[in-house]
Amino acid sequence: MAVETKPRWTVKDFRAPYEVDWCPGCGDFGILNAIYQALAQMGVSPHETVVVGGIGCSGKAQYYVNAYGVHTLHGRPLPVATGIKLANPNLKVFVVSGDGDSMAIGAAHFVNGGRRNVDITYIMFNNEVYGLTKGQASPTLPLGLQTKSLPEPNIQGNINALMLAFTTGYTWIGRGYAYNIKQLVRLIREATEHPGLAFLEVLQPCPTYNNLHTKDWYQGRLYDINEEGYDPVLPPDADDATRRDLYARFMEKVFEWGDRIPTGVFLVNRNLPTFEERIAERQPHYRIHPPALTRIRDDEGRSLLDIQPFYEEHRAR
Amino acid sequence: MKTVGELSWRIGGPQGSGVDTAARLFSLAASLGGLNVLGRREYYSNIIGRHSYYDVRLSATRQPRSHRIRVDLLTSFEAETLARHALSVVPGGGIIYNVKDEDTPFLRITFLDERVRQDLARVLTEEGVEHTTSTKGLLELAEKRGVQLYPVPYDELFKTLSERFDVPLGIAQRTRNTLAVALSFALLEFPREFLKEALARVFASKPKVVELNQAAVDVIYDYMASSHSNLAFDFRLEGVTQDGPRMMLNANQAVAIGKLAGGLTFQTYYPISPATDESVYLEAHTTYRTREGDEQGVVVVQTEDEISAIAMASGAALTGARAATATSGPGFSLMVEQLGWTSMTETPLVITLYMRGGPSTGMPTRTDQGDLFFALFAGHGEAPRIVYASGDVEEAFYDAIRTLNYAEMFQMPVIHLVDKALASTTVTLPVPDPTQVPIRRGEIFVPEEDEGQRIVKRFSLDTETGISPRVLLGTPHVHHWMTGGEHTEEGRVTEDPVIRVRMHDKRLAKLEYAAKTIPAEEKFQVFGPEDADFTVISWGSTKGAILEALEILEQKGLRGRFVQVKLLMPFPKEIAPLLERRPLILVELTRTAQLARLLRMELGVEVDHRILKYSGRPFSFEELVDALEAVLERREEEVTVLQLFE
Repeated sequence: MAVETKPRWTVKDFRAPYEVDWCPGCGDFGILNAIYQALAQMGVSPHETVVVGGIGCSGKAQYYVNAYGVHTLHGRPLPVATGIKLANPNLKVFVVSGDGDSMAIGAAHFVNGGRRNVDITYIMFNNEVYGLTKGQASPTLPLGLQTKSLPEPNIQGNINALMLAFTTGYTWIGRGYAYNIKQLVRLIREATEHPGLAFLEVLQPCPTYNNLHTKDWYQGRLYDINEEGYDPVLPPDADDATRRDLYARFMEKVFEWGDRIPTGVFLVNRNLPTFEERIAERQPHYRIHPPALTRIRDDEGRSLLDIQPFYEEHRAR
Repeated sequence: MKTVGELSWRIGGPQGSGVDTAARLFSLAASLGGLNVLGRREYYSNIIGRHSYYDVRLSATRQPRSHRIRVDLLTSFEAETLARHALSVVPGGGIIYNVKDEDTPFLRITFLDERVRQDLARVLTEEGVEHTTSTKGLLELAEKRGVQLYPVPYDELFKTLSERFDVPLGIAQRTRNTLAVALSFALLEFPREFLKEALARVFASKPKVVELNQAAVDVIYDYMASSHSNLAFDFRLEGVTQDGPRMMLNANQAVAIGKLAGGLTFQTYYPISPATDESVYLEAHTTYRTREGDEQGVVVVQTEDEISAIAMASGAALTGARAATATSGPGFSLMVEQLGWTSMTETPLVITLYMRGGPSTGMPTRTDQGDLFFALFAGHGEAPRIVYASGDVEEAFYDAIRTLNYAEMFQMPVIHLVDKALASTTVTLPVPDPTQVPIRRGEIFVPEEDEGQRIVKRFSLDTETGISPRVLLGTPHVHHWMTGGEHTEEGRVTEDPVIRVRMHDKRLAKLEYAAKTIPAEEKFQVFGPEDADFTVISWGSTKGAILEALEILEQKGLRGRFVQVKLLMPFPKEIAPLLERRPLILVELTRTAQLARLLRMELGVEVDHRILKYSGRPFSFEELVDALEAVLERREEEVTVLQLFE
């Protein structure tokens, strides 16, 4: 699926020259390495790349990438990233967000983002806990589980992030694992090359606060659905039966959890236009003059607006 | 003596019945006839049924600046309008009403509030009229006061129309708004051609509707000629010749067009009254023509909430797009966290804040100035922002360009304060000139040719003014970070105490730079003589009523000066000497006199008197004349204005 291009930028170029302050053994390191490799393989340059993070451990990832990095408020990376991408569609925009950032405080944005299908790669780091505030339950921790910081077992249920992404309209849905870097690089590349909003959940042990779903726990449970023959692609001419078949297979996979945990690409839907395409359809000038690249004044600094049509519309005499 | 060419006209009716269309027709026809127009709309947060009304003030000689409490001609087609507004009509004025409504019990009027019923009964009892619980008493009292009554058999007129033009009665009844307007103009002896032209313009896409409505105009003019005469009525209108083209705009439209003139390319919003109309206007005008003949425009996104609206606009602003959002109190409350982020990250962003009655949901469709302090201080921490207020519709246009400039020049959020009153005030005005306010984009970093990729100091501390050149996302050869956390020059989070102090100083220094850079004439305006007998200070939409009130007081020998503050943050300290002609009187649409507190805080100046209104309705100049007289002659420290039937 991915086209091999000779990379001008190497993994080293994307590694920011600063210290990293995640806990030793944190799954975030794996995700970060996969991001470096994916960026280098895709041949994008640092200045065309914007990594937008939220609040939490995941929201530090953009500091470690040599690219434009935007550290937003808790829960807000997606709307900020949407503004960036719509204003300058030439940029490659990544969201790095956590399970609390995405599924709790930013849930409204997550849901409504699906309705728009802006061409963004959304990577959700899922470790089921709020690490930076010392291990509270996040919206992805199942009901009744008690990780080590919880005074009582989790009294709230969990959100199935992949299912939520599906019902709200994300057009590429996948899941990876922080320590399977080879697979993760492939998933990040495919998500990025997908035209539209791609949601990649990354399962990630938190060695400090999640003593249940550890590296050892995940060991032997994870498998790649695509290697087992699962085809995630919704064909352009899919009839109702094909569509229903894919949706049924999708549901079966995303609710599988326990002894076997599926990873890989769950859905690829190229049949919906991106938000950028929808805007361009209404406003053809958008392709030529997106908001960031619109000339708004003449050489003397004067407004370019022709007031005449507005006069005609509101003419009093 | 008959007043010619000056009129205060009111029409009312249930929401959804076309009151707005009627007012638009009336305003447009008057304007086509050369008259200057100011329209003011009052309505409920409701879709169909509740009472809305519309005041149109006309003048042959000058642009009216505020609405009037006292009505010269009231036009109604149902009983609730009579009940609510008959008492506002001046002696010598007139009431046009449906004969069917001449004796409707107040209790039968569904949406008439109990409080209004009680006050009507009380007033009618005090006035000693026979009927105190129905419209009959109101008409009786009106007649006693010298108001002319014009009962009209609407049903018969519809029937006439239906028969004469062979259309079903239901279709004929749809001309109701035209009828109401035509009755008024016929009584005023205003040439019918202007109304016919207005009809042709308003219903341009529906030739059949135009034809029928124009026919209805003739029916009405004939009817009035045979049934009612202008003789006893104190008002007349005639067409006048005026120089120069005029537009008719409200502040929602003026701000929207002003933003386009100012180079806005990205707007976000979540629906909220009374801000939404601006964004919807932009959605209907996403593509415009430049003076050079190109097509370009603005991207407008309706978001899931106001948090997303301001976050998305912030993101667009980072790329160099001129970005803005528009909202009202509750929405602005949601935006506050991100407001701090834009301040911290030095992101240029305009938030147009249409103030309405608060707190909480308050009164969504009624005006207020209670958000002043909120705009000034919203958010945690010390977050610089510019707060700028427009005084009228024309200012709103130019200020929309200015605020976009300020945002980029000083790299901070700008809160542009307008209010519901301006949003629903429609005026005739000269065609605004987009080139009058030059577009200024502030300092933008330009990379050197192919120097290789490097990290750039977006938040460089090597600056006297606090301004570091903005590095737009996507600028080649460089990259940097940005964060709502305290940060280094490269935009990386830091908790270092020394860097913290330098960065905090740098951000706040920009406010001083803004105070030095923004010219005085943009910060405030002063009206009236230097040696005035008193000084009025205010801000925002009160401007028009104050200016008209001062003119009237001057005729009475009371010479006042008006200081209109436009820039509220950073506060223009140079106005202090302008406030020395005492007494100093604050006029504001609040209970707590916020500008008076701000003057104390910023200048150590105390106002002597406060004139306040917080019923959700704007000041009329008549109210201010009365209130200023109470203050100047009776030395009342505080006057609060409240109308029973507004």
